[in-house]
Amino acid sequence: MISPRASEAVPATTVRATRPAVVIDDVSVCYRLRREPPGSLRAYLLGRQRTGDAIVEHEALRGVSLAIAAGESLGIIGSNGSGKTTLLRLIARVLRPTRGRVRVDGRVVPLLDLVGGFHPELSGRDNILLNGTLFGLARRDIDARLDRIVDFAEIGGFIDAPLRTYSAGMVLRLGFAVATATEPDVLVIDEALGVGDERFQRKCAARIDDLRRHGATFVLVSHDLHSIRRLCSRALWLDAGQIRASGPAAEVTGAYLAEHDA
Amino acid sequence: MKRTADALDAREYDYDSARRRSPMVEEVVELRRYRDLVRQLVTRNIKVRYQHSVLGVGWSVLSPLLTTAVLSLVFLTLFRQTAPDYPAYLLSGLLLWNFFIQTTSTMAVEMAGGTDLWKRVYTPRTVYAIATLATGVVHLVLAMVPLVALMLWLGIPTGAAWIAAPFAIVCVALFALGVGLTLAVLAVRFRDVLDLYQVVAGAWMYLTPVIYPRSIVPERYQWLLALNPMTWFIECFRLPLLENTMPDPVMAGLALTAALGTAGLGWWAFTRSADDLATRL
Repeated sequence: MISPRASEAVPATTVRATRPAVVIDDVSVCYRLRREPPGSLRAYLLGRQRTGDAIVEHEALRGVSLAIAAGESLGIIGSNGSGKTTLLRLIARVLRPTRGRVRVDGRVVPLLDLVGGFHPELSGRDNILLNGTLFGLARRDIDARLDRIVDFAEIGGFIDAPLRTYSAGMVLRLGFAVATATEPDVLVIDEALGVGDERFQRKCAARIDDLRRHGATFVLVSHDLHSIRRLCSRALWLDAGQIRASGPAAEVTGAYLAEHDA
Repeated sequence: MKRTADALDAREYDYDSARRRSPMVEEVVELRRYRDLVRQLVTRNIKVRYQHSVLGVGWSVLSPLLTTAVLSLVFLTLFRQTAPDYPAYLLSGLLLWNFFIQTTSTMAVEMAGGTDLWKRVYTPRTVYAIATLATGVVHLVLAMVPLVALMLWLGIPTGAAWIAAPFAIVCVALFALGVGLTLAVLAVRFRDVLDLYQVVAGAWMYLTPVIYPRSIVPERYQWLLALNPMTWFIECFRLPLLENTMPDPVMAGLALTAALGTAGLGWWAFTRSADDLATRL
């Protein structure tokens, strides 16, 4: 269950390594798509409309079971609409399964949209506090790491200037610095690393490696099989909401490639 | 070693989708965990609002004052209302009423619509409702500065009964939370709820003694005012401020009951449907 890399790197004191960080038991997710716009209260009260609006159910995941060991790095591949993002949302806790059970240890930080919580009119300092608390940190934990965040983001003298005066690169660096400032237990990434310049990408990759060495679990969704092979020890192939294959990253990506080339 | 691992595995996971306390209770526990975020959201709302308006903080103060000036002129000259403290009566009513309507409308829109962020980062949803409510309370308290100035200028005596004014603010805030969350739940289900609310709010204001004195309403319609919770809140707010009288215990009791009841209803309705909202597209 535990990948060799994780058991080497995780210090003996990190007790969490003894059980999976994420456990997904026979999970199904059913989205409910509305075929028509919602009805009006007026029509409903006047009795001109029956209760319940026209809803089509769409099963995005069907009976998926999965355990991710603490410190493991798992890549998720599959074509569009195969349920990759839904699986990430379950782990990130923004969605509850329709059936089945999801268990997660520790704090999940999604590196999906790093700057979504930022506000252009606020200073860098205020945005750090806002995004940090959004990721579930306490104010005092952010204060204690403020210098490190500012260093990593390389925004130096701009810390008290409004965010709208920042360059795009600075905003991105700040977003990444806040998300990874404290040690998240589970990192969830949805193809977010294709942004920023080459040097910053390398810096991000180094920081992620650093977090993994300290026992963070890492889940990456990507169409880029090369980065899955490079970053992940294990890969999961989702097909129409079900697990098609799971195993060493090289094997699973190879099988996926073979089918799509055929 | 094996034994330790077993003992560890018996520990509960930090998040377990199958472990469900009542959603109402769970939301309160989670909200407490995210209290620093609420504080940051309120700071953001207030800073953003005042940073770019030319008048700065003055804006939330000036707009009700202007309304008060115009309406006072109309009432004092046209309707010959003799009460000399009418401007203070009007302003105190308007402040509380505006707080209620703005907070409930904003909360309903935000909570029914959600944002893209909700699909990516977990937070208890009510964080945003509480932040909107707290922002409204801060604006209300700021807007009380000119109210006090106006009262001093009109020579209205102040006294110890003032300590009852925060009670009225707490009541109307709880009531607004309940109404706002209930509206949000309805707005997801019915597309015209928010438009209807604007119409209802317009009528509701005239059934509440906000701009007119309660005494000008004919005896046979008084019951309409007496059954309206907003009447209770506004009276509990005005009596201590303008007449240095503690609110009647029966009315205070009614106000608190209505506030707690409505807040509980809205909290229940919203938390039980919050998961359901996430799977609706």
